Amino acid sequence: MALEVLDGGWLTTVQDLGRPGYERYGIPLSGAMDFLALRVANCLVGNPPGAAGLEITLAGPTLAATEPCLVAVTGADLAFQVDGREMPMWMSVFVRRGSVISFGGRRRGCRAYLAVAGGIEVPPVLGSRSTYLPGRFGGLDGRALRPGDRLPIGPVSGHLPERAGRKPPPHLIPAWDDCPTVRAVPGPQDDHFPPEGLETFFGSEYRVLPISDRMGYRLEGPPVASRRAEVISDGVPPGAVQVPPDGQPLVMMADHQTTGGYPKIAVVIMADLPRLAQCVPGESRVRFRAVSVTEAQYAYREMMGALEQWERTRAE
Amino acid sequence: MFPRILPVGDTALVVEFGERIDPEIHRQVLALAYALEREPFPGLRETVPTYRSLLVYYDPRQLLWDEARRQISGALEQCADIPLPEPKELEIPVAYGGEFGPDIGFVAAHNGLSEADVVRLHAGGTYTVYMLGFAPGFVYLGGLAEALATPRLPTPRPSVPAGSVGIAGLQTGIYGLSTPGGWQLIGRTPMPMLDLQRQPPTPLGPGDRVRFIPISAQEFAAWQRSDGAGSP
Repeated sequence: MALEVLDGGWLTTVQDLGRPGYERYGIPLSGAMDFLALRVANCLVGNPPGAAGLEITLAGPTLAATEPCLVAVTGADLAFQVDGREMPMWMSVFVRRGSVISFGGRRRGCRAYLAVAGGIEVPPVLGSRSTYLPGRFGGLDGRALRPGDRLPIGPVSGHLPERAGRKPPPHLIPAWDDCPTVRAVPGPQDDHFPPEGLETFFGSEYRVLPISDRMGYRLEGPPVASRRAEVISDGVPPGAVQVPPDGQPLVMMADHQTTGGYPKIAVVIMADLPRLAQCVPGESRVRFRAVSVTEAQYAYREMMGALEQWERTRAE
Repeated sequence: MFPRILPVGDTALVVEFGERIDPEIHRQVLALAYALEREPFPGLRETVPTYRSLLVYYDPRQLLWDEARRQISGALEQCADIPLPEPKELEIPVAYGGEFGPDIGFVAAHNGLSEADVVRLHAGGTYTVYMLGFAPGFVYLGGLAEALATPRLPTPRPSVPAGSVGIAGLQTGIYGLSTPGGWQLIGRTPMPMLDLQRQPPTPLGPGDRVRFIPISAQEFAAWQRSDGAGSP
């Protein structure tokens, strides 16, 4: 059982929920940038939350099913099609043997997720199937999909056509904004910035530059004044906003470097990282709103609670 | 003032022990990491030891920031005088100069030394692993002779071969993977600094000791033939 890659799309990689536990060796978490969308897609096809799927960036791939399969596409709207006919997103869809999955073009968002019942069973590296492009490991030989690849699919049981048509509750389908305001907790080095630096950062709109990628989002806007150009390199989590000497913020994403030496003015909260992940390089603008750690943690609990409650009902 | 515990977003906190690169400050970082490894609190995910701070990831669904801070304060009290496990000592073979260390001439000239002096001084030192970071398997070492201190390249190279040994200011380090990089390259080791099939995936961890053993280009090639087969 496999999906044959006829066209890899602009940048399509195998991702799961990442590779935790190795940051002290310099290996970042990686995994789906919009981890919520991947989890919803997995649940729709009956996979466990951490099964590997495809992260599809901006322009989708073309895939042929060698056997009947059940798929779901979530995240960005790239005009999901089967045999040239547009199919609903955020729903499990039965795909016949020999059918072709393709994408008509981008309408909204940056990253779509395709889950297939059984999961994509490339060999795990350090416990994860996530592709880490800078290190050229994980996923399919550490690289993006290209024509001629075969994606092995894990075993599935039961009658697949019966499982088509599943949808998540509406509150798990995000309402997107091309210019989102994302919440961030100030610090840990906010004391390296004068009050006007923090005011600029939390009061301005920033453009997401075209060179933004899975490692980090480079922003452009009013420069953030800082007191110090560098700190002694220390640990940097996903969502951390570093401010280099030119004052243009740099947000660490899934494939972030694990340590860094620029002062960190704030950290984007987990509940809002998926929305940032859907911002389109070269197009989207973003604003930041300061929140307390506790507010951020309650937002995370609420988001994950809603997701897992639904996942549990589907598993029964 | 130190140690201080600061929130790093909603899933991590950082414990800062100082604002200097200093062996005693680093020992405190390792002591806390070790204490948390021996007695992890529920919800602890992973720790990242660096020069002067420890990043601690935790699960905000299991404990909120106030409770995480309390757990860390408790661990700090426990670990003040904790004896650390004996550091591992590793000898790392390095082919210095030539194609392996294209900047050795610059490092020598910058410090008024010969290339042979650079090798003698660099291979004569004992180094401590301060941290691994930025990229997989990159090792930051303290203990470089001041006579070898050299600023970074004005423009980073787009690609530095895995195993390259470099100098940046008073630091020396080893590239675990082929990545872009701005350190002055003086040599290269054939010993894999990252092996994704192993647990842990790097031969060195924070706190370990390193000595460099000069080898010839022929020995480098022999090493690669015998040992390089299993590396990615």
